[in-house]
Amino acid sequence: MGLESHLGDNILTTTLTTMVNWARKSSLWPMPFGLACCAIEMMAAVAPRYDLARFGAEVFRFSPRQSDLMIVAGTLTYKMASVARKIYDQMPEPKWVIAMGACAISGGVYNTYSVVQGLDEVMPVDVYLPGCPPRPEALIHAIMEIQKKIEKESL
Amino acid sequence: MTESATTTTTHLMTINMGPQHPSTHGVLRLLLELDGEMITKAVPHVGFLHRGVEKLAEYRTYHQCIPLTDRLDYVAPFSNNLAYALTVEKLLGIEIPERAQHIRVLLCELTRITSHLLWLATHALDIGAMTVFFYCFREREAIYDIFELVSGARMHLSYIRVGGVARDIPGGFLEKIRTFVSEFPSRINEYETLLTDNPIWKKRTVGVGIISAEDAIDFGLSGPSLRGSGVNWDIRKSEPYSGYDKYNFAVPLGKNGDVYDRYRVRIEEMHQSNRIVHQALNILPKGDCIASIPNVTLPSKEDVETKMESMISHFKLITDGIHPPKGEVYTSIEAPKGELGFYLVSDGSSRPYRLKIRPPSFVNLEALPKMVEGRLLSDVVATIGSLDIVLGEIDR
Amino acid sequence: MDNEAIATCVKTRFPEEIGDARIFRNELTLMVKKEYVADVARFLKENKELEFDFLSDLCGVDRIATDDVFEVVYHFYSIQKNHRVRIKALVPAIEPSIPTVTDVWKTANWHERETYDMFGIMFVGHPDLRKILTPDDFEGHPLRKDYPLDGRQPAKLRDIYRKGEA
Repeated sequence: MGLESHLGDNILTTTLTTMVNWARKSSLWPMPFGLACCAIEMMAAVAPRYDLARFGAEVFRFSPRQSDLMIVAGTLTYKMASVARKIYDQMPEPKWVIAMGACAISGGVYNTYSVVQGLDEVMPVDVYLPGCPPRPEALIHAIMEIQKKIEKESL
Repeated sequence: MTESATTTTTHLMTINMGPQHPSTHGVLRLLLELDGEMITKAVPHVGFLHRGVEKLAEYRTYHQCIPLTDRLDYVAPFSNNLAYALTVEKLLGIEIPERAQHIRVLLCELTRITSHLLWLATHALDIGAMTVFFYCFREREAIYDIFELVSGARMHLSYIRVGGVARDIPGGFLEKIRTFVSEFPSRINEYETLLTDNPIWKKRTVGVGIISAEDAIDFGLSGPSLRGSGVNWDIRKSEPYSGYDKYNFAVPLGKNGDVYDRYRVRIEEMHQSNRIVHQALNILPKGDCIASIPNVTLPSKEDVETKMESMISHFKLITDGIHPPKGEVYTSIEAPKGELGFYLVSDGSSRPYRLKIRPPSFVNLEALPKMVEGRLLSDVVATIGSLDIVLGEIDR
Repeated sequence: MDNEAIATCVKTRFPEEIGDARIFRNELTLMVKKEYVADVARFLKENKELEFDFLSDLCGVDRIATDDVFEVVYHFYSIQKNHRVRIKALVPAIEPSIPTVTDVWKTANWHERETYDMFGIMFVGHPDLRKILTPDDFEGHPLRKDYPLDGRQPAKLRDIYRKGEA
């Protein structure tokens, strides 16, 4: 069948896009932007029981320059908003964002003078992960959704 | 070489640590003025997680405030629930059943263990010992399973109600705890083999971040951070609440007030908490798990379905809430991090007129400059870790 | 010492400065004229029988609607003697100010900064009275009753940070 029949069993053909996306989704380097309670569950997701390494996303880098997935875990306040945006801007393209927890999605119960009512006021968000706090399984699910999204992207 | 290149000039350098930094335990920002590697001045900046909880509480009924307290010290939510509930109960002047008190103590001490485990995990990780992190989280998951069994939530239990606890404990709950408490002491020893006599650990912690007993009191330190300096003050002993006077436990003390002593104190506290849980299991009495007080606690489901007055009372409590008498009370408990106090002012309406939270971390952090000034930059990380701060309750 | 004994002890030393003493739910509250707060605090700390060595808490309460004042509330504890007392001073709502107690307890520093931030009460003699919780450009004092819960944020953040984005 076409080219592959001439190349034998050891060589596969594919598109460059598929290859690049496969590489990207299989080794996401998260930037843990831990703000509040959700950060504890984010830590639990890396810890032995949930073992985020199974999904290739355990290399937490605290430097935005080395990361491609920002997990905003917790309540974003007005005092913190400019910091969050600065860190987002420092991340190299391509990059993705998870808004983890009710506070990051919409401010949660904190409809107050100091809390930003949703992370998407400050930066574009790819996956909204509800819960207060979301369980580690839910975070893993969110990362898998990001992976699905990456698969479909074009170069 | 020209002359200008050989003469060295010294000047102070200011660096910024945080608010996004792995070892600030949240969103703490430190401005550090350095002379070489030595810190001449440290200024903490807080408020990056200020969520306006105290304001929000003025717009919530007394019961609606319970979930807000969960999220203060989010590493020990149950202690916050307890402190708040005790405050409201004091304001109302009500007694709660024996069984409920024991369940509260049981969960409170398990919470202390989870809190100390998280402290140990991150503190060791900051200093460079990664294995401890994995060990501690293994045990945390075991306790989270217990929490989930009783309340349905892993972290934010909101299991306490004014007057008792939300519902009785489920089947299999006590057995699960029993398995945990019998295994846990050997697990603590496991952590200790990694750290206590480890020369690297000792080099990083012994003699670092020292604070004397007088200074510690002057700065308002409380909890393990104060006891590390040798001050014998534990609210569970001095002003017993929830029947803590019935339990047999020791209050571990440090001597030198350095990072290592605070480490030893918390490790020993985990042993003692384990002891308390063990005793609570053995003496857990039968009875109600919530007091039955009209206009304060909800009537039983059965009554609501059969009696008109109970249904009205249920409806009124849900929609309008409790109306405590006019007055003000302050209650504090020994939270895992120190004295957690609630100052509640009531004007007789169904919402708190003012709810002031006295968070232990807020006050403990204030002493940080005193501990690190004149020391090396790398000691800052060890000292922050040893104070066991949580930004949720610092900023509120 | 029990509450009555503490009240008597303080009142003997400060007959004019201390107003009424109230006991509610076994907690003692002493009203102090605001000018003498620092003196009373020092006495409470240094008196050998009282020995209130620990400042537990310091906060404000807005009473403008009813009495046109702020309350500044201090909670003292004695680690040595294991007793507590609450001291309360009334501060007028217009240009509120009160003497600092930072030179009696170092821990008062951040408590007073927070009270200043939340209520706008000035602490005279405080070494470094700055905002602590709210951002530097924040206007108003959020825990005052006339401050709305959802605040007075001027601009939408989306317009600042996400200009031109989809």
